[in-house]
Amino acid sequence: MAFDTQYRDPDLCRRLSERIRSVCGRQIRIMEVCGTHTVSVFRHGIRPMLGESIHLVSGPGCPVCVTDQGDIDAVIAMAEMERTIVATFGDLMRVPGTRSSLRGEKARGCDVRVVYSAEDALAIARANPDRQVVFPGIGFETTAPAVAASVIAASEEGIPNFSVACSHKRVPPALEALSAKDDAAVDGFLLPGHVSVVIGLKGYADFFRKYAVPSVAAGFEPVDILSALLRLAEMIAAGSPGLENAYGRVVTDNGNPRAREVMETVFYHVDSAWRGLGVIPGGGMALRDAFSGFDAFRRFSAHPTPAPPPAGCSCGDILAGKALPPDCPLYGSACTPIDPVGPCMVSSEGTCAAYYQYGGL
Amino acid sequence: MKDERILLDHGSGGLLSNRLISELMVPLFDNAFLSMQDDGACFDVPAGRMAFSTDSFVVDPLFFPGGCIGDLAVNGTVNDIAMCGGVPRYLSAALIIEEGFLIRDLEAVVQSMAEAARKAGVLIVTGDTKVVTQGAADKLFINTSGVGYIPKSVSVSAGNARPGDVVIASGTLGDHGIAILNQREGLSFDADIQSDSAPLNHLAARMLETAGLDVHVLRDPTRGGAATALNEIAAQSKVGIRIRESCIPVAKAVAGLCSLLGLDPLYVANEGKLLAVVEGDRAEKVLAVMREDPFGRDACVIGEVVGEIAGAHPGRVVMETAAGGERVVPMPAGEQLPRIC
Repeated sequence: MAFDTQYRDPDLCRRLSERIRSVCGRQIRIMEVCGTHTVSVFRHGIRPMLGESIHLVSGPGCPVCVTDQGDIDAVIAMAEMERTIVATFGDLMRVPGTRSSLRGEKARGCDVRVVYSAEDALAIARANPDRQVVFPGIGFETTAPAVAASVIAASEEGIPNFSVACSHKRVPPALEALSAKDDAAVDGFLLPGHVSVVIGLKGYADFFRKYAVPSVAAGFEPVDILSALLRLAEMIAAGSPGLENAYGRVVTDNGNPRAREVMETVFYHVDSAWRGLGVIPGGGMALRDAFSGFDAFRRFSAHPTPAPPPAGCSCGDILAGKALPPDCPLYGSACTPIDPVGPCMVSSEGTCAAYYQYGGL
Repeated sequence: MKDERILLDHGSGGLLSNRLISELMVPLFDNAFLSMQDDGACFDVPAGRMAFSTDSFVVDPLFFPGGCIGDLAVNGTVNDIAMCGGVPRYLSAALIIEEGFLIRDLEAVVQSMAEAARKAGVLIVTGDTKVVTQGAADKLFINTSGVGYIPKSVSVSAGNARPGDVVIASGTLGDHGIAILNQREGLSFDADIQSDSAPLNHLAARMLETAGLDVHVLRDPTRGGAATALNEIAAQSKVGIRIRESCIPVAKAVAGLCSLLGLDPLYVANEGKLLAVVEGDRAEKVLAVMREDPFGRDACVIGEVVGEIAGAHPGRVVMETAAGGERVVPMPAGEQLPRIC
């Protein structure tokens, strides 16, 4: 596979992992905050390279996984309404709500379509002026700007039948929530590369000022991840925490101001329920009053009510880095990728799904 | 043909059905068995073992870069028979057409079936056409079945892999699935990615002529891709399979699109590629004859069969990653989903 080969160079990877092992005086715990990192770590076989030196725990970085069940229920309720089309990212299809999933509703005859962007959903709205088109806005600062842009476009064009069920989340407040807990159990954070492209390293400045936990923004290729882990290991060994960028080819201090501007034009920060972590102050986004006409929750009066997690499901502890998937009583028996109970098993980037798929080594 | 669109009457068994068959199918498929227009085809078979396979095709869109549902339907069954070690000879074709389907599209599909059959050296000797009301089927579905004979000194099965065997791929993986995805979802990536839809029977025959019983397994990694096929082989043969990521051929554009969409090319469908498990010391010879075939030019060794993989359950596939790590290549749970962040 001749793609990004320089970032998969086996000699370089070996040298990096040897240095990580020699720097680590004790076993350290690093949380990879992003689901794409979790999958990349498994896909490239990075854990076996690290040996016992670094214990990687997966954080709440899969947007599907942290979306509260109540939000899913609200979107399902919209799908059941007459003359409504739910146009969604594919990851959301299998996520179980309290009593059904979008996939199940589609099989029962609801019009649920998989799209790759909010722009696609907007195109469906243009093509079906007599139907309501709802786009579930799921994702972090990575996806939110594009969704915001589609809301602005709908507003400018005056498309009355398009709306967004906004469940967007913000990463820095989640880092604060994880670090604030008394039982916070991580020595450092591998910061999400794509989010960092948008918010820049400065986006984490408040968090870092408060908690001074070693944090390094990382890309997704093996060399990216190992380089970032090495910096984290060095900071931890030296006892000198820093906020650093190991993904310099796309991440800057200031991020992408245009994307942030679009996002902030449409959304404002709200307290938000994260599955597993509870309500995080400033941890979510909602549509500003100027765009409230495009707020699906308002339009259909289908407001999410926080739902209790499925009985026995440990996704909450897993998302907080306090438990590993095999610790969950449902893992691998009642809860598998074919028949998921908790959100971490549903998404292709969920921690449990990654463990289940790539487990055994 | 005079009509512009398929009518329910085209499936009635009456005059319009007759015209569809005698004016479109019979001339294009062009063989004495079909021209008889009996209820079925009667033919002689050589003594010995036969291979028999069936497959249904519901691809959307019907036409895509590198092929259409027609050649796909013929190649699919031809390849299934070839993967049994068989020499495919006779095919049936059954079409389920949605009322209102454009006749010129049907002509294009039948034309492509005829062309594919000619290239594969098989005859479409019997068939059936049904028309259903609008909405009861999506445009056009095709089922093909086929028979072929298995030459002596051929014994291939997914249960035949043995430790010491090597695993060969006939070319780049993932082309078909990504070509379809790019077209279907209107992803508008300006990439020249074509389906690899192709008949593999001539390639398989070369390999079997060269190595005979030393070709242990043949598989065409269609739905579920190479990862699924390798897992099936490992499970059925009760062996481990070890592959090397750096040896796996993936076209640059396919690798790029997979990377963007969060897909793993090992799980993406192929329609003109085969995986072979052959006796270790015959691999070089087999590779040499494969590379002489137009559909095996990029053939290469991607791994080997092992008795047991340390730490992994038996029947598993393990990959040495390009970065020098190691991981399980699991059986997929369902369709790969595009990532959202």
